[in-house]
Amino acid sequence: MFDYSMAEIGNIVVMQAFSGLSLFSVLLLMALGLAIIFGQMGVINMAHGEFMAIGAYTTVFLSKVAETYGIVNYYFLFAIVIAFIIAFIIGYIIEFALIRHLYKRPLDTLLATWGLSLVMQQIFRSTFGAKEVSAVLPEWLMGSFQPTPDIDIPINGVFVLALALVVTVGVYIFMFRSRWGLRVRATVQNRVMAGAVGINTKKVDRVTFALGCGIAGVAGAAFTTIASTGPTTGSLYIVDSFMVVVFGGAASILGTIASAFGIAQAQSILQFFMTSSMGKVATLMVIVGILMMRPEGLFASKVRK
Amino acid sequence: MNETLSKILGGKQGAIGLAILAAFIMIVLPLGLDPFRLGLIGKYLTYAFVAVSLVLLWGNGGILSLGQGIFFGLGGYGMAMFLKLEASDPVSTAIQSTPGIPDFMDWNQLTALPWFWEPFKSLPLTILAILVVPTIFAFLIGYAMFKRRVGGVYFAIITQAIALILSILIVGQQGYTGGVNGITDLKTLLGWDIRSDSAKYVLYYVNAGLLIACILLSRYVLSSKFGMLLLAMRDKEERVRFSGYDVSNFKIFIFCLAAMISAIGGAMFTLQVGFMSPTFIGIVPSIEMVIFAAVGGRMSLIGAVYGTLLVNFGKTMFSETYPELWLFLMGGLFIAVVMFFPNGIAGIYDKYAKKVPFLRKLSEETPKAKKAEAIPAAPVETKEAGVKA
Repeated sequence: MFDYSMAEIGNIVVMQAFSGLSLFSVLLLMALGLAIIFGQMGVINMAHGEFMAIGAYTTVFLSKVAETYGIVNYYFLFAIVIAFIIAFIIGYIIEFALIRHLYKRPLDTLLATWGLSLVMQQIFRSTFGAKEVSAVLPEWLMGSFQPTPDIDIPINGVFVLALALVVTVGVYIFMFRSRWGLRVRATVQNRVMAGAVGINTKKVDRVTFALGCGIAGVAGAAFTTIASTGPTTGSLYIVDSFMVVVFGGAASILGTIASAFGIAQAQSILQFFMTSSMGKVATLMVIVGILMMRPEGLFASKVRK
Repeated sequence: MNETLSKILGGKQGAIGLAILAAFIMIVLPLGLDPFRLGLIGKYLTYAFVAVSLVLLWGNGGILSLGQGIFFGLGGYGMAMFLKLEASDPVSTAIQSTPGIPDFMDWNQLTALPWFWEPFKSLPLTILAILVVPTIFAFLIGYAMFKRRVGGVYFAIITQAIALILSILIVGQQGYTGGVNGITDLKTLLGWDIRSDSAKYVLYYVNAGLLIACILLSRYVLSSKFGMLLLAMRDKEERVRFSGYDVSNFKIFIFCLAAMISAIGGAMFTLQVGFMSPTFIGIVPSIEMVIFAAVGGRMSLIGAVYGTLLVNFGKTMFSETYPELWLFLMGGLFIAVVMFFPNGIAGIYDKYAKKVPFLRKLSEETPKAKKAEAIPAAPVETKEAGVKA
């Protein structure tokens, strides 16, 4: 660490911070979906990472199609939408077939969705092969721009960051400014009363779960721009995303953003100064430590349950 | 004294169930299998310690720990460190640049034994460490979490994160821990070659004996007043708290006990298999161990052993012939057990045993109190899940 001049360290910090921003974007997209499912419904979805993989594989598949027709430059925005829709539909089906029977048993939901994640990983492996695949990126996503000669910022990182912010705003509007969000929040607060005033609470559950899965699909589409996808890609991020949600305070969007930012930046910067595994260990240990001091997370609602 | 004994044995039915299990693992399997297959069974039975600990913790206490691999691993590593030091005497490691330290330390340019390896030069200290270190670790985690009323899914997620941290840490610190390969090439225990066939038989019996002892201990704990309170906490935590009991202390105790039982399994694993690696600590093994208990029946100590044997036997069989089918099966097993058989094999047995005349006679003689233990198909967990800040 002492072989660098101050200016070089400054540049390194900026670039590491930016690579942290890419991680932040993926974690945020993953955690938003989880925060909706876990924070609003109290359901632990261990297969959330696999929904991200669904989005990623969808994007990879569409990029192959686009390549044969020579429309690589235009497919990507379209792929994000398709990734969302496919993950949404699969989430909807899974809520119907599995999750709705287990609402009263959160720990059992955890085990069942873990089983689901194993099955989905094997489906990916049988369908797309055990090797990692990557999407063909449109030209406008490649390359980087250089604000100063020593700083190199990749464009795909900027794009993913922008996408994460757009989705976050979208989720905020959906949850707090729309009729649907009102129904979701009413159901969370008091299921019986919500039902009594004419809200179809079962439908609300299903759509909420599917929406969380759909956002994971968008996370997967974003993920293809910065890394390649394998059958177990999703499971690499699942613990981190749960940490983000729990650390941020389960039902708070602001908390989710803040904790995704903190965790991603800490990991990315520590990984440069320590080894990559020790950076991750240090970050996770600090989070677990803080959670032991303050189990309700950073931005918890001050309601006594 | 007699009353205590009958409590531990769990009445006539419990005693017969235990006798059948003991006969199965101590007489039938050793007679029927060749040494290689018996070695596999021995390995599975070390996982059964963890399954038994989860019956205590999860089935009876309603606390799902996704980090039992931590304690299995700590116990296993404790034993492995002792055996490794014995295998690395200065004579047999003479070709190293620093003789007398384990080979992987030499490869990683360490020139002296790290301080935390020192106690593992002595067997009594090692055994003490195997029992005490995981228990203290569990106490620290339990104290921090249960005193702040963290429970349910939060506890599961945080224990899972700790399992992840520990496995990354062990992989990352290669010089101190042997890294991703773990601690290998373990040969002797106080000069006794643990790789010979006769040693394998002896270790198998020691392991089976310890397992039965742990089941008896767990039975004793569950049949005491504490066991009743544990069940009460699982179903209505608030009510137990308002009755004047300090719920968190009970939870800490059962978590520590479960950790210790898992650690014994880990130590026996190292002795029988001859190595220990971080693959037995992380997220995946920890959650797989939960399914062993779930398949056997989360309320049944004896069922947990059968569940462990069954799942592992299936895993070995399928991964030899159809490796790609195994994950489907494993995943399906998780879903099926949770959705359709929440009481596992033991639940199926209880349901159908009544139809067989001989077995019905047995179950009718069971004391009433025992019957009250069977969990409802949907244990009520919603209320205590989550953080009570």
